[in-house]
Amino acid sequence: MKNMDSYTHVRGESLYVDDVNVRQGTFHAVVFDSSKAHGKIKSIDYSEAQALEGVERIFTYKDIPGENEIGGIIKDEPLFAEREVHFWGMPIALIVAESEFIARKARGLVKIDIEELPIITTAKQAKENDSLITKPRSFSLGDAEKAFADCDYVFEGETFSNGQEHLYIEAQGAYAEPLENGNIKITSSTQGPTAVQKTVAQVLGIAMHKIEVDVTRLGGGFGGKEDQATPWAVMAALAAYHLNQSVKLILNRHDDLRMTGKRHPYESSYKIGLSKDLKILAYEAEFLQNAGAAADLSPAVAERTLFHATNSYYIPNVEVAVASCKTNLPPNTAFRGFGGPQGMFVIEAAIAKAAHEIGIPTRRIQEANLLDDNDVFSYGQIATKVEAKNTWKSATATFNIAALEKEVEDFNASNSAFKKGLALMPICFGISFTNTPMNHARALVHIYLDGSIGISTAAVEMGQGVNTKMMQIAADVFSIPIEKIKIETTNTTRVANTSPSAASSTADLNGKATLKACKVLLKRLKTVAATYLKVTAEQITLKDEFVYIEDKKSKFEWTQLISMAMLERVALTENAHYATPEIHFDKTKEKGHPFAYHVYGTAIITATVDCMRGTYEFDSVKIVHDYGKSMSEGIDLGQVEGALAQGIGWMTMEEIAYNDEGRLLSNALSTYKIPDIFSVPKEVEVIPVETQGHELAILKSKAVGEPPLMYGIGAYFAIQNAIKAFNSNYDLKFHAPMTPEKVLMGLYENPNTSQH
Amino acid sequence: MITFILNNKTITTSEHSGMTLLDFVRYEQRLTGTKIGCREGDCGACTVLVGTLESGYIEYQSITSCISPLGNAHGKHIVTVEGTNLQNKLTVIQEAMKANYATQCGFCTPGFVVALTGFTLSSSHKNYDNALDAISGNICRCTGYKAIEKAANQVVEKLNNKEKRSFDWLIANEFIPEYFSTIPKRLRELETKDRDQPKGKYVSGGTDLYVQQPDHLADNDVHLIAEKDYLKGINIKNGICTIGTNSTVSDLWNHKELNTIFPNLKKHLKLVSSEQIRNMASLGGNFVNASPIGDMTIFFLALNSDIGITTQGGKDRNLPLKNFYQGYKTFDLKDGELLKDIQLKLPKQNTYFNFEKVCKRTHLDIASVNSAASISVENNIISEAHVAIGGVAAIPKYLQDTSAFLTGKPLTSKTILEAQEVLQNEILPISDVRGTSDYKRLLGRQLFFAHFTELFPKQFTLNEFIEHA
Repeated sequence: MKNMDSYTHVRGESLYVDDVNVRQGTFHAVVFDSSKAHGKIKSIDYSEAQALEGVERIFTYKDIPGENEIGGIIKDEPLFAEREVHFWGMPIALIVAESEFIARKARGLVKIDIEELPIITTAKQAKENDSLITKPRSFSLGDAEKAFADCDYVFEGETFSNGQEHLYIEAQGAYAEPLENGNIKITSSTQGPTAVQKTVAQVLGIAMHKIEVDVTRLGGGFGGKEDQATPWAVMAALAAYHLNQSVKLILNRHDDLRMTGKRHPYESSYKIGLSKDLKILAYEAEFLQNAGAAADLSPAVAERTLFHATNSYYIPNVEVAVASCKTNLPPNTAFRGFGGPQGMFVIEAAIAKAAHEIGIPTRRIQEANLLDDNDVFSYGQIATKVEAKNTWKSATATFNIAALEKEVEDFNASNSAFKKGLALMPICFGISFTNTPMNHARALVHIYLDGSIGISTAAVEMGQGVNTKMMQIAADVFSIPIEKIKIETTNTTRVANTSPSAASSTADLNGKATLKACKVLLKRLKTVAATYLKVTAEQITLKDEFVYIEDKKSKFEWTQLISMAMLERVALTENAHYATPEIHFDKTKEKGHPFAYHVYGTAIITATVDCMRGTYEFDSVKIVHDYGKSMSEGIDLGQVEGALAQGIGWMTMEEIAYNDEGRLLSNALSTYKIPDIFSVPKEVEVIPVETQGHELAILKSKAVGEPPLMYGIGAYFAIQNAIKAFNSNYDLKFHAPMTPEKVLMGLYENPNTSQH
Repeated sequence: MITFILNNKTITTSEHSGMTLLDFVRYEQRLTGTKIGCREGDCGACTVLVGTLESGYIEYQSITSCISPLGNAHGKHIVTVEGTNLQNKLTVIQEAMKANYATQCGFCTPGFVVALTGFTLSSSHKNYDNALDAISGNICRCTGYKAIEKAANQVVEKLNNKEKRSFDWLIANEFIPEYFSTIPKRLRELETKDRDQPKGKYVSGGTDLYVQQPDHLADNDVHLIAEKDYLKGINIKNGICTIGTNSTVSDLWNHKELNTIFPNLKKHLKLVSSEQIRNMASLGGNFVNASPIGDMTIFFLALNSDIGITTQGGKDRNLPLKNFYQGYKTFDLKDGELLKDIQLKLPKQNTYFNFEKVCKRTHLDIASVNSAASISVENNIISEAHVAIGGVAAIPKYLQDTSAFLTGKPLTSKTILEAQEVLQNEILPISDVRGTSDYKRLLGRQLFFAHFTELFPKQFTLNEFIEHA
């Protein structure tokens, strides 16, 4: 099954928010934002901007009829700054004009006077100043403190992982059209249509039913459009509400980079204790999350850091704590992995440090501690159907780890200007929104008179291929060609009160709802056929657009069956609801069973470092991945490869930089680099591990969006191992990303005692 | 009026010639397949093809339409993704992208399709490396590129089956739509005499200017010079190579003789931006942008080049490129003057040239430090040396002292190590988003060493240098 969306993609005919037809008279908007990271607004003079020909109106917080509040989890985020600004890039006003160009020109004419206040840019500073988003949380298992006393080895250290810009190639944007009766339709590039609808209603002070949010598709999301697509849609709606005219607001790239949050940087400390036989007996970690100036999704991201703090290892005594630290950066937000990668980087750092100090290969500690069935996670869930050892063994055997290591050794022995390094990276990632109430979805399925089908769900297509998977489900149930099925845009009037397309669960939740709706319709149709053919419904099956009786083809066709059902006045529409069973979590005890299941895998990454220039390449990444029973191998492989590249990017070249004043320095594609076609691993080999899949995964095909991102963490350690091979005096560092600068400085540090 | 053919339609427009081609096709012509990703030429989502009639034959090149002035389309054939579409079926390129799952969110996809179509139309050799070069300016955030590599490979395979790649062949084999066969004739018949242009900012390729001052260019008169014949051409005569400043990086890339003279030319130029940008960026533009890190500036500084400057009165003057720069972004060019050409003595048999560049991302990135060196050796004595380095001073730096130090010395590691000390005294890097000053100093040293290990691999190794450094 090919990705069904690719036909219009390759012809340039797919419609994104900036491509939908605009009504005559549409205005265009640009956001005026803060040019200081923290301060009191003393005065703003809009008069010159307002006077510019073509400027229609400038909106500020004063124009908000409802609440000036867009915070999703905590109400701490104004749409427009009122008296204070809290980050560089914080929206202050919306300039609406006949064209984007005029609006931008007007922006340059606004005069603002801000009295600067002290700023905080790092999580550590925030913690010291008691500047927290919410109360810190911790997970605990066994008695870590006591266990450390029994350890033969105990190591401590600190780590840093930087943020990451989503860099969806389609920037944020929305288009708002006023309809009759004060109703507004918003086309939004959002992963969370309901969040947009709810927030618009709240800001405008009107009921949700007056707001229709439609999502055609996204030019990439990666979490960046889960909560942070909302403000732009709200602003466009606010202007449309006042002007009774359509308003388009598409951020240009610089505005998008400056105004939106990113993956959270983390400053963390760890303590790891091992026995002589390399069992990790105790692990402590404190994660300081740089949340930025408002909560956004930070508390939820922080929670997932705790869930994944021990990656795919069983550790009997765990004490991990996380604090969401409030700083003067743009509010950081969801990004593929959602705090998981940050937690996993720390445990991998701790293991690498331990191995280095003990003087053994890292993989021996990794291997000695892999999870098994019936092990308990620190949050109380009992691990079942665990594939940690299975994927590890399969990867090390299939790809012959001993031979790979020998290759690296031999290469390093015979090359002085280039060194290779290798690292293994096991992953374990929980599937479900950790906020249990969000794990539900609906599907609305229409069978039309001619036998064609339209499906609406809460799923937002952003490249992950969820449209194709939904089509596959329906095509499979009804046994009709995929061409007869259409996936509608995601629209709040057809499917209401939805969770965002996030947490890797979109296909599971919406797929299960679609499956449910289709099965109800199928049952109805079977009854129609049975009555007509004078057999029992149990004898009926549908196959290749024909009705079969006891596996024998009848002459009764799919289209005839639909006509018959219409004549019989049978409902050809079904709306189904699915809520993930079994899951629960008690935040007061920090224990429960939050995940429907876990996804596992193991990657082997090999890097070559150019010791003259400090640059590096990835020779290969070899992965054994737990897809369950993949329902679409091509699409799922694409998710693995794409996530891997993003993970490697996060760990290596992608470097977010703010200056001390809180201004983003990596503020353009010329200064923030993401992987290009020459920088991805030369060879990526992904082998599916043979498993039974999981009942709670759609058609036993496990969620695949986020987990493979964390294979990229191995890139950091592979490079570091190559540096060690060149410079035996190199001090291990756990400060990501590993840029060419860090590599070169590492290759040549401590030169006085250097032995090459 | 600006006249050109857009896909299968002849356009005559009085729109401002400084408007970007992207805005014109997207918002004036509603061809929304051309996407906006960055408006800086750094993502390739807005890639279009430009077909230029040259002695009866059309040469197609890919460009990023976001930093290209509409006026540069005058007299050309512009192809957007819509212009590559066949009726009700996919082209070979589109099919390859689809079949290999090379598209996920689809937003970057049209750029890849157009760039690969440009590859099939171009005169470059149809191998996999050239196919990848063709999409070197296209960024995809979804796929991790492995699927795109497969698609590119499939396109190459389909092309390799046939020797001849005429329009007719490409049309018959569903690489491009039929109307392409009518384009040469229609372009010839196009009324494209030189337009009267207003006084205004001189713009050639526009690749730097449209990044730095897009609103200014959209709002003010521009004077486009990319088509000025007297600024074009690469001529080699009497051991002197004269290159018109309108020459693009691709013009150097494609120049047969230059590739013979500089055997590593393509390897070096591949480090310079992307194919889309190389197709537009003029040498003159790179010089007057005066970036301390300008790749081509460093390149020609180390070739000890001269530049020719023409004034409106018609009086020309010449000066060494290394004397052109006066301070950060300031240089010896008066109002009304234009850089006309660049002249360099062709290297002798015993002259060796190397270019080095390190950045966060090897390709389509701005260097942390770049450097070029031209070393002549006679009887193991350095008879002449010219070394330039970027990113470590306010100007693209010709290393006067280092070059002088090297000259006349024996080609030994001792000489090189001592010269490196001189180099360190000549540079003054600052810390910025491209690296700390310490890093740039270290990198400067390493790239200086790299010149010698690259040029004289039998004589020098990395270890030998750093053991004594």
